[in-house]
Amino acid sequence: MIYHRSKINGAKMSEFPKSAKCVVIGAGIVGNCLVGHLAKLGWTDMVQIDKGPLPNPGGSTGHASNFIFPTDHNKEMALLTLASQKQYIEMGMNNTCGGIEVARNPERLEEFNRRMTSAKSWGIDAKLLSPAQVKELVPFINEKIVLGGFYTPSVSCVDSLQTGTLMREGAVKSGNLSVFANTEVLDLEVENGTIKAVVTNKGRIEAEYVVVACGVWSPRIAKMAGANIPLTPAVHQMADVGPIDILQKTNAEVAYPIVRDMDTFCYERQTAGSMEVGSYAHRAIFMHPDDIPSNEASALSPTELPLTQDDFDPQMEQAIELMDMLGDAEIKYSINGLLSLTPDAMPVLGETVEVRNLWSAAAVWIKEGPGIAQLVAEWMTYGYPHLCDPHSSDISRFYPHEKTDHHIYARCDEHFNKTYGIVHPREQWGTQRNMRRSPFYAREEAAGATFFDARGWERPQWFASNEKLISKFNGACEPRPHEWDARWWSPISNAEHLQMRESVGMVDLTAFNEFDFTGPGTMQFLQHMCVNNVDVEVGRSVYTPLLTPGGGFRGDLTIMRLAANHFRVITGAFDGGRDNYWFKRHMPQDGSVIFTDMSSALCTIGVWGPNAEKTMAKATQNINAEGKLVPFDVSQKNFPYGSVREVLIDGVPATMFRISYVGENGWEVYTKMEHGLRMWDSIAKAGEEFGIIPVGMGVYAVTGRIEKGYRLMGAELESEYNPVEAGLNRAKVKSADFIGKAAYMKARDEKPCAIMCTLEMIDNTSKAGIKRYPTGGNEPILTKTGERIVDAKGRVSRVTTAGAAPSLGKYLMLAYLTPEHAIEGNELRVMYMNELYPVRVARVGSQPLFDPTDARMKS
Amino acid sequence: MNILVCVKRVPAPGARINITSDGQQVDTAFLGFTVSPHEECAVEQAVQLIEKHGGDVTVLTLGPAEAEEQLRTAVSTGATKAVLVPIDTTDWDPQRTAQAIAKVIGELEAINGKYDLVLFGNESADSCGYQVGVRAALKLGRPIVNGAKGLDIDNGVAIIRRESDAGVEIYKLKTPACVGVKEGINLPRYPTMKGRLASKKVAIDRSEASGESGGLKLITLRRPPERASNTVILGNGPEAASAVVDLLEELGVFK
Repeated sequence: MIYHRSKINGAKMSEFPKSAKCVVIGAGIVGNCLVGHLAKLGWTDMVQIDKGPLPNPGGSTGHASNFIFPTDHNKEMALLTLASQKQYIEMGMNNTCGGIEVARNPERLEEFNRRMTSAKSWGIDAKLLSPAQVKELVPFINEKIVLGGFYTPSVSCVDSLQTGTLMREGAVKSGNLSVFANTEVLDLEVENGTIKAVVTNKGRIEAEYVVVACGVWSPRIAKMAGANIPLTPAVHQMADVGPIDILQKTNAEVAYPIVRDMDTFCYERQTAGSMEVGSYAHRAIFMHPDDIPSNEASALSPTELPLTQDDFDPQMEQAIELMDMLGDAEIKYSINGLLSLTPDAMPVLGETVEVRNLWSAAAVWIKEGPGIAQLVAEWMTYGYPHLCDPHSSDISRFYPHEKTDHHIYARCDEHFNKTYGIVHPREQWGTQRNMRRSPFYAREEAAGATFFDARGWERPQWFASNEKLISKFNGACEPRPHEWDARWWSPISNAEHLQMRESVGMVDLTAFNEFDFTGPGTMQFLQHMCVNNVDVEVGRSVYTPLLTPGGGFRGDLTIMRLAANHFRVITGAFDGGRDNYWFKRHMPQDGSVIFTDMSSALCTIGVWGPNAEKTMAKATQNINAEGKLVPFDVSQKNFPYGSVREVLIDGVPATMFRISYVGENGWEVYTKMEHGLRMWDSIAKAGEEFGIIPVGMGVYAVTGRIEKGYRLMGAELESEYNPVEAGLNRAKVKSADFIGKAAYMKARDEKPCAIMCTLEMIDNTSKAGIKRYPTGGNEPILTKTGERIVDAKGRVSRVTTAGAAPSLGKYLMLAYLTPEHAIEGNELRVMYMNELYPVRVARVGSQPLFDPTDARMKS
Repeated sequence: MNILVCVKRVPAPGARINITSDGQQVDTAFLGFTVSPHEECAVEQAVQLIEKHGGDVTVLTLGPAEAEEQLRTAVSTGATKAVLVPIDTTDWDPQRTAQAIAKVIGELEAINGKYDLVLFGNESADSCGYQVGVRAALKLGRPIVNGAKGLDIDNGVAIIRRESDAGVEIYKLKTPACVGVKEGINLPRYPTMKGRLASKKVAIDRSEASGESGGLKLITLRRPPERASNTVILGNGPEAASAVVDLLEELGVFK
């Protein structure tokens, strides 16, 4: 048993402390960098513990391949990786060697064009190589089976153990941290929903904050407090083969570029005189955190398990095919290495939703470790990170069914082999489908719906029954000639869009989350949460952003006032978990506000189009003052835009909310789940004479929305941007205080350095003469000479949403632009698949391109 | 020349060995499997001998079906043939094992001719009985030298070197003969990738196991008591000085 003994502030640290401000559990790359960053941000009185010895306690950090390929299509991951690499460089722990991804299949060459585009977005130097050029850089490669390469000179190898040690020791030296190795956590104590103490084999320590940075063990530790960190330890196989002459002669740790053999899901990375071969190609092999052996019971370390050879054999053949010299090299070391996988392949960060002040910093790989440590430290310090929006890593994103082992295993099994895969931005999950169905499912299925997954909900994207409308709107529903652009897309969406704009459509919005707030403190509470004034008349509604303390977007939703002290928040499926947490986390603890999650109790149909009012006039009744059932007056005069009314639809009590996200006159109509099917059928029948059709999310979320320039949380709206930049600031600011108000006021006083704009493609013909349709996956907006546009805060202009505007006959994109470029009529370029296309700024700010005065919605 | 090497599948060492709750087996939940270092050296020595003199190395094991893994590993490092003598349990006692091995060797030799050398590891890595080689040699009616730290063959004579407290002993055995090889005789090679892939294709012969128990019975397995040791790092460099002084004071050195 080894432990450290030193003196801090006169206290003998061999004596286990009884209390601390913050206990960080885990001394891998994340825990170590986290204590370093927390100390830099002014945290004192911290204790770090790990059950293993130092410097390598036996977690995944100890056997990591330690290389960084910075290009990622995902913005959050790209920014975190770049921030990490910067830190490794600053600490002298970054060994730049370059890296080449090689293609064996033509599809991969296409993917390289996409990677070139993402590299451009994030400012990463990269170039495409011919097989001969690959051979020049990697002389021992078999260029005959290689079709081309994607070369990134800045790819590097890092020393993650030493980086962690430096960060940890820095915090110790500053007098803010004491460290205890070989200290096992036995229990986490919780009091009134808040973390209270960590019980270890060395003693009990009370703490205000506890961070679980335990890698593959994180779920096991969190569970001690009744919290859930959804990840699974999973095997990544690797073998070290050598010595190999040509590598030994370099006399360097890594002299040749790292090769990622993308189509076999393998990599070859020099480690001094040997080559490390790693694989993401084998079957997914999971292990439960409780089943991981102890340090004592492990031959190598708890996360370096014996290689299951049969799983690795196919990869060896492919490796030899690529580099023949590997065949005669001896296999000196080979493992089933454990790493963390999550159901959506993103990290799990933030305060646990179950226990206050218990934080998760888990499912983090070496390449993003220091950046994520910085992000979590900022989050703990400022209430929200500054580095970037942790939107897709936020632990509160998960719904209950997504936190089960059932879901974790199914999804991890599905995505493990996509680690090096080509994943389409619109790609749908194959597993864990039909977890949640709306009451309209049977009708939708009968109408030939293609369902997309929305966090477990099956939502129709388009309906085969509407295919016949394509000929009606001939010319506006062109198929997309390139398979990539057409994947997970249908021209039927354009037809549905035009039919809705011409007459009326109905949209299944059941995936919405509805949160009811009641009680005497509700008004005060919601005023504190929301930017816009929620003190409206009963029967009215408010659209409002929620801000971070730093004034960036944290949420974006609408609120109906149903009674004096009864408000209903409506938010989307993809943000329901995060918003649920955010509201609950800030709710007064005195019982003055009661939160009820109505999401599984209510279903919703959107009814929109010029004939929506006629349709609903037929379908809607109410009981008049004399107690008689009479038709309900749905005219704008009686029922103006933004208002809410209780009605009967074929006898079913329903709540109608006159609002639109597609720019048409109409309603969101809510009722109880069990009434849903009856209500669907009633509306469909009432609309029959107007040609009502079911309309998919391809219209609601893309074409209808983009024509109106409506922003979406997680796309245009992120914590890096504020309402002024997004064009969502109101003329007046309410007097009540709210989260982020000071920052918001400051932003209003300043000239924005980026402005949300709508751009139209001027010509989408590729060099090969094919019409292309950017998918809206962070493609960079460039100057006419191909330069990146970066604003004063370092944020890059990129496509946040792209989609067809069938009513305008255009293809549109949303992007933030700097003021000098945000001029209507200004011509710029968008890069798509490594080609530049001319685009024009069609709108600066939030005024819609389609129906700019919103006349259709309000008349 | 023809050499046969006997190996035994055993849990890979390096970790604390846990025992199943009934005390009858090693808990192998987290363990890989291997053969003893002596046997690895025996395979290596045999491979070196045929590299020099030509011929075949047959590797043989008596054990569970999973012991195929150890046979293939031996093939991946240069053995040319493999024979599995399957048994249902993990272990037979040495007498029974030796009888079974001798019988199978006899059957193989009836087809292929006599093996010039039958090699064993000096002792197994798990039960450390030092029994099987000697008993099998007796059954085969061939001489055996254990503890071999050197082994060459010259005109049908095996020259064996072994170390003793007094110096070095040299034995000459007329083949066919048996040798118990000791770790250190050579540095065994690791499998290569190509070797591993080739080993997957080799056919593994199966021979039936038969033999009578010699009466040795396993009562129970017990883990030896762990030696507890606390290492305290007092600090690095000059910064450690005050902690050293504190400790010396605590220990009463300065009285």
